Amino acid sequence: MAEMNQKQNFLKGIIKENPIFVMLLGMCPTLGVTSSAFNGLGMGVATLFVLLMSNIVVSLVKNLIPAKVRIPAFIIIIASFVTIVEMILEAFVPLLYEQLGIFIPLIVVNCIILGRAEAFASKNNVLSSIFDALGMGIGFVLALTILGSVREILGSGSLFGLIFLPETANTFILFILPPGAFIALAYLTVMFNRLTSKTT
Amino acid sequence: MMSKKESTFISMALSLLVITLISGFALGFVNDLTIEPKAKAKLERKINAIKLVLPEFDNNPVEARKLVKSELAKDSIEIYPAYKNNVFVGVAVIGSSEKGFSGLIKIMVGFKPDGTIQNIAVLEQKETPGLGTKIKDESFLQQFRDKNPSTFNLKVKKDGGEVDALTGATISSRAFTESAQLAFDELLINLDAISTSKQ
Repeated sequence: MAEMNQKQNFLKGIIKENPIFVMLLGMCPTLGVTSSAFNGLGMGVATLFVLLMSNIVVSLVKNLIPAKVRIPAFIIIIASFVTIVEMILEAFVPLLYEQLGIFIPLIVVNCIILGRAEAFASKNNVLSSIFDALGMGIGFVLALTILGSVREILGSGSLFGLIFLPETANTFILFILPPGAFIALAYLTVMFNRLTSKTT
Repeated sequence: MMSKKESTFISMALSLLVITLISGFALGFVNDLTIEPKAKAKLERKINAIKLVLPEFDNNPVEARKLVKSELAKDSIEIYPAYKNNVFVGVAVIGSSEKGFSGLIKIMVGFKPDGTIQNIAVLEQKETPGLGTKIKDESFLQQFRDKNPSTFNLKVKKDGGEVDALTGATISSRAFTESAQLAFDELLINLDAISTSKQ
C-alpha cells in the first residue's frame, strides 16, 4: 500500500497534475526562458534540484514552524538553496552558469516550488516529499523541454542548437519572441489535455 | 495534519530568527568556499578571450593590463597589450554598452597594431536567448574580422553603417557595434602610449 502511494506521488506530477500543462503554475520562467530546447532543459533541471532540496527541508522542519509564519520561512529556505546553487554553478561549472545565468535567480519566485512546499511537503513525510518533488520536477523538465523544442524548431529551425534548415530559410521568429511562447503553450496545453483525457 | 507549533509572537519571531541565522551561515559558508574558484573561473574566461581575439603573443597581457580613465565611458577602460619577442603585436580592448535589449553588453575587441580588428569575443550579455544571444555566433562575428573601423562604418545598415544586424535583434546588434566603436575610440586615444611602452 505504502509503495503504491509513493508511485502515485511520483507519477501524478508527470501527467495527472503536470505543473505546466494541467496546473498552469510557474508561468513566468515557463514563458520567459523556453526560447530554445536547451534553455528549457537547463531551467527545468535547476528547478528540479531546488524543488527536491526545499521539499526535503520543509518536510523536515514542518512541525517546528508556527503556521502563521510558514510562508516567509519557506521562502527563506527556497531562496537560500537557489543562491547556493547559483554560487556553486558559477564557481565550478562556469560554462553552464553562463548559459543559465539570468534564469537561476528566477527560480525563487517559481510558484511550483512554494506551491509544493505549502501543499505537499508541509503535510507529508520526507520520503513522500522526495517522490513528490521528483515527479513534479520531472514533469516540469519535460514540459519545458517540449515547449522549448517546439519554439526552437519553429523559430530558429534548429533543435538543441543543431541547425537543420539553411541559414537563409525563413523561420517564424515570432515563436522565439514572448507572444510565440503564449501561442505555443496554448496549443501544447490543448493537445496535452486532449491526449490525457482520452486515456483516463 | 500533524500538530503544529502554536503561533505566538515569541515563537514566530524566534523561528524566523533561527531560520534566517542558519541560512545566513550556510550562505556565508558556501560563499567562502566558492569565492576563489569563482575568481579563477572569471580570470580564465578573460585569458581565453584574450587568446581568442589576439594574434600569437608570448607576454602575459593580464599582467600588462592598463586601466585608463575615459571620458567616453563611465568605468575605466581595460586594455591588454600583447607582445611577441618584445615587439608589439596587438591589443585587446574591452568595450561595453548599456543599450542592449536587457542592459549591459561587454565585449573584448582584439586589434592589430594598425587598428584592424583581429577578432571579437563577447564577455557578458543578457540578451534574449535565441535572438540577441546570436551576437556570439560566428556568422555575426565574422563580418568584423580584418575590418578597420576607421574605414569600416561600425553601425548597423539601418543607421547608415555597414554592419548586417541580426534579424529580430537590431537593438542587440546596435549595442554590440556601439561597444566595438567605443573600444576602437579608446584604442585611438591610447595607441601611441601602448605601442611605444616596452613591457
